[in-house]
Amino acid sequence: MRWLWIDAILEHEPHRRLVAVKNVSLAEEHLHQHFAEDAEGSAQPLMPASLMLEGMAQTAGILVGSVRQFTEKVILAKVTLATFDCDVVPGQSIRYDASIERIDGAGASTTGIISRLDHRGGGWIEIGRTQIIFSHVDKNMSGLDLPAHNFVFGENFRAILGQLLPAKPEAI
Amino acid sequence: MSRDEVLGKVREVLVDALGVDDDEVTPTARLTTDLHAESIDFLDIVFRLEKAFGFKIGQGELFPDNINDPKYVQDGKVTADGLALLKQRMPHVDFSAFSADPRLEKVSEVFTVGSLVDFVVRKLQSAPAA
Repeated sequence: MRWLWIDAILEHEPHRRLVAVKNVSLAEEHLHQHFAEDAEGSAQPLMPASLMLEGMAQTAGILVGSVRQFTEKVILAKVTLATFDCDVVPGQSIRYDASIERIDGAGASTTGIISRLDHRGGGWIEIGRTQIIFSHVDKNMSGLDLPAHNFVFGENFRAILGQLLPAKPEAI
Repeated sequence: MSRDEVLGKVREVLVDALGVDDDEVTPTARLTTDLHAESIDFLDIVFRLEKAFGFKIGQGELFPDNINDPKYVQDGKVTADGLALLKQRMPHVDFSAFSADPRLEKVSEVFTVGSLVDFVVRKLQSAPAA
C-alpha cells in the first residue's frame, strides 16, 4: 500500500495556498477495520480522523516544500490544532485546503480547513480545522543522517507533484 | 505596554504552545527544564509571539540558529568566541550559568520566561514610531 492520502491537487496559489482532494472508497482495506455502529445497528466503515490529519499534513507539506522548489526537506514537526466535527464515509470526498501563515528558513506554520462532499446530494461542508508546523531540515545541519522515508516528499509523490506548476523561487 | 502586560501575553503564548498551567509560567521558569519545551516548540513560540505582538522575529534572533562553525563550537562545547557571539546576538539572555559549563547540548536551558519578556520589551522599544 502506498502512503498517499491525497488523490489530486485542485488549486495552487504559489507560496500561499494549496487545495487537494481525496476520494473515500469502499475498496480501501483499512476502512473495514475502522467502523462505528449505524442507526440500524450495522457496522459503518469510517475514514479515520488520523488519516484525514495525514492528508492535510501531506497537502500542507507539499505547499511548504513548493515554496523552495522542493530543494529542502520538510518534516511535520508539531500539530497544534486538529478538530473534526463529522465523520466521513465511503462515497464521500474530502477536500484539504491548506494555507501558509508564516514561513522562514527554520520552518513554516500552516492552517487547514477540511471539507466533505457527499456525492449523493449536498455541497461541500466544512468538517474540520488544523494548524500544523513544519520544520525545514538540512539532513547535514545537525550532523544526523536522517532516513529518506521520514520526509514528506518521496517517490510516491511524483505523480501528484507533477500537477504542480513550478513557482518562481522566492527569497525567504 | 508595561512589562507586566508583556508577561501576561507571553504567559498566554507559553500556555498555548506548551500546554502548561498559568501558574507554572513564572519569570524564572526555564523553558526546557521547567516547562518541558522541546526544540520544535521554540519554532511554535516564535510564530505565536509574532502574532501576539505584531512584529516579525528573524531567524536566530530569539533562539540561536544551529552553530556548526568550529570557531564557535569544539568537541561539543561552545568556545569563548562562540559565547561572545551568543551574548552579542542575544542580549535578552543571561549566559552566566551556561559559561561555567558551556556544553552545546545545554544551550537551550538558558532561556527563561523572563528572557522572552526581555526580548519582547526590547523589540517593542526598538520598533519604528508609527
